[in-house]
Amino acid sequence: MFTNFPFFPQAASAQASQIDAVFFFMLAVSGFFSVLIAALVVIFAFKYRRRHDDEIGEAIHGALALELLWMFIPFGITMVMFAWGAKVFFDLYRPPAGAMEIFVVGKQWMWKVQHMDGQREINELHVPVGRTVKLIMGSEDVIHSFYIPAFRVKADVIPGRYNTLWFEATKPGTYHLFCAEYCGTKHSGMIGWVTAMEPAAFEAWLSGGRAEDSPVAAGQKLFQDLVCVTCHTPGAQARGPILTGLWGKQIELQGGGKVTFDEAYIRESIVNPQAKIVAGFQPIMPTFQGLVTEEQLLQLIAYVRSVAQQPAEAAPAGAGGAAAPAPEIKR
Amino acid sequence: METLNYLNDGHGLASWLLTKDHKRIALLYLGSITAFFAIGGFFAMLVRLELLTPAGDLLASETYNKMFTMHGVVMVFFFLIPSIPATLGNFLIPIMIGAKDLAFPRINLLSWYIYMLGGIFTMVAALSGGVDTGWTFYTPYSTAAANSHVITAALGVFITGFSSILTGLNFIVTIHRMRAPGLTWFRLPLFVWAHYATSLIMILGTPVIAITVLMVAAERVLHLGIFDPALGGDPVLFQHLFWFYSHPAVYIMILPAMGVISEIVQAFSRKNIFGYSFIAFSSLAIAVIGFLVWGHHLFVAGQSVYAGMLFSILSFMVAIPSAIKVFNWTATMYKGSVWLQSPMLYAIGFVGLFTIGGLTGLFLAAMGLDIHVHDTYFVVAHFHYIMVGGAIMGYLGGLHYWWPKITGKMYPEPWAKLAAAIVFVGFNLTFFPQFVAGYLGMPRRYHAYPPEFQVWNVLSSAGASILAVGYVLPLIYLIHSLFYGARAATDPWGAKGLEWEIPSPPPTENFEITPIITHGTHQYEPSKEVGIA
Repeated sequence: MFTNFPFFPQAASAQASQIDAVFFFMLAVSGFFSVLIAALVVIFAFKYRRRHDDEIGEAIHGALALELLWMFIPFGITMVMFAWGAKVFFDLYRPPAGAMEIFVVGKQWMWKVQHMDGQREINELHVPVGRTVKLIMGSEDVIHSFYIPAFRVKADVIPGRYNTLWFEATKPGTYHLFCAEYCGTKHSGMIGWVTAMEPAAFEAWLSGGRAEDSPVAAGQKLFQDLVCVTCHTPGAQARGPILTGLWGKQIELQGGGKVTFDEAYIRESIVNPQAKIVAGFQPIMPTFQGLVTEEQLLQLIAYVRSVAQQPAEAAPAGAGGAAAPAPEIKR
Repeated sequence: METLNYLNDGHGLASWLLTKDHKRIALLYLGSITAFFAIGGFFAMLVRLELLTPAGDLLASETYNKMFTMHGVVMVFFFLIPSIPATLGNFLIPIMIGAKDLAFPRINLLSWYIYMLGGIFTMVAALSGGVDTGWTFYTPYSTAAANSHVITAALGVFITGFSSILTGLNFIVTIHRMRAPGLTWFRLPLFVWAHYATSLIMILGTPVIAITVLMVAAERVLHLGIFDPALGGDPVLFQHLFWFYSHPAVYIMILPAMGVISEIVQAFSRKNIFGYSFIAFSSLAIAVIGFLVWGHHLFVAGQSVYAGMLFSILSFMVAIPSAIKVFNWTATMYKGSVWLQSPMLYAIGFVGLFTIGGLTGLFLAAMGLDIHVHDTYFVVAHFHYIMVGGAIMGYLGGLHYWWPKITGKMYPEPWAKLAAAIVFVGFNLTFFPQFVAGYLGMPRRYHAYPPEFQVWNVLSSAGASILAVGYVLPLIYLIHSLFYGARAATDPWGAKGLEWEIPSPPPTENFEITPIITHGTHQYEPSKEVGIA
């Protein structure tokens, strides 16, 4: 009846073996203590079973040495577990430099993926093996959680902020993608497949199909359409900060304090521009909350980031009025 | 012929519904939590039936989501939290400390009425269409997206919280102020210590969940921006507030069970506990450290990695007092006179299952490993080992142990042993496969699932049906014993403790003369002075 009787998940990423190692260590320790306790309880229950009705136990009130022993040995072992678990988490927390970035947007009840080259997918994610992939993830509605068991990776996808997740697939194949945070009626339908491909096959896949605008190009069109360009490029009407050269810098804020110019700050400045005003500017920018979708936000951020990464002197490419007429923005 | 006792001291409905006797209030609670347990169990059965097959073919997705939500809400707030404290605790704490009642008998009755009112709200929510947020009410789903009776259910939880607060308050004052002469803190039964620690959590933690569910209701109705980012709120703030209560609430459920086990292990080994003060203080340590570990529910929610490390190390530390208890219970059996009656079978089952439940908690506290197992069936299995394998085994063990005292009747021991064995087997078959399914990657709260997980779900559902038999059996033979059981002696187990020195069932005022205490409980060696002076 059941042809498929799996005991252990596939391990198809660089970090899977690290997490499994912690698991097996803890399984061994837990197994040892469970068997120890069970054996003692069963042995005592049998060996000291009551033999006549008036029998009483021997009055033993305790032993400090034993108490200390079974306090400090478990304490030592759990601290090893803590340190190991924390180290693995810490190693997996920050993606290595030069990771291939992919945008992911969760919404009830699907995963929308956009590659930097413009390729889009729904409930599927194609990645090359042997390369670190970093997912930048946002949600359009409620909290979701992006989970690939075979890679042992999971991160909540939370509206109003970005969470990232990275992995390096090691084995070509197709693996489950799940939403792990309960998100409503079709939560269990918010699943899909991750396909890990040999790099050559991945390149072929990436160039095939109907590639759309890259997020940067789409963001650039939005930057025009939403007339961000008026205030944020050098010119007579520039009433907002010029973006070039800002990436990763500490920005002085109105009323003191500093903020790092990163994805989170760009996002906040679009949806809630009054929150952190750059020193020397007026709080005149309107909010774009509700006017742009989560995906469009990601595209705008991709574009702003590309501009901010250019040296401050250079004019942003194609930001002038001579750009081609902006086509309809695809949802 | 029959002597006057609390059961025949007054007849008719009013004598029960207006009683101020802690023992009768305990029975009011016993009846109500049994009803809620049956309701919660019914929801669980539907969940397990649906999961027999990978496709979502028995219930609609919406219905399934409501079933697991109602299962969680009812079991956590209306069964597990009041289970041992409001029944056994209510009945036994005054007796164990030599008092005639709790400090505030009217407040005790009030807390039952509040509990019932909260329960009615929740049942109204269930019957009028249900709620589908999960018992965790995570935002912004619960405030912005869910199209079900969130507010009614949240109000039910809010209201019943006050019953918890009042019970905790009553216990703390009673234990401080009403101990019999000579009953020093270190002569207190460990059951009382456990309830003291539980009460601290109840009065310190419950107000936080009350405020939190009120904020959920406020955001849903008035669109105040607290948790929903579209209104300028922070959805993760809710998780911090929710788990600040709900993680300590786990200890509200397990600490009283630990107190029960401490009593049973001593009584059925005819031996005082090994390491009394370590068991007593470990309860307090759990209550205190338990308030500082909530962030281990947020390791993958984008919480700062350094905050995560602090929560992780504290979560490992809260395991140590539990380990101390397990080792001391085991050591208590050493050179004891072990009598394997059904309460002791439940206690031994508890020790084994709680050990597994506790150790698998360590897996979840290890941050790197939690990335993989968080929000999978591994978590579901872990907390059912604590809640069902721990708290309910403790509850059933205690109910059997004190049943002769509470009712004055003996239950049929062979049936009770059989039921204990069925519960143990059914429990493991239900929940052990979920560890495997969880590590394989099956997410929790899935209505439909990929077919490769089916075999583990079939095993789990089969186990659940066995477990159900194990729960129905005691219901039948315990009720049967009320009418046909043999008259219980004052001390049917040959146990030592104040409750075993007064008649079964006890008289309304518990003690004719306030006892004077000269030693701790469970002293069996004949050389010492025994008995109440």
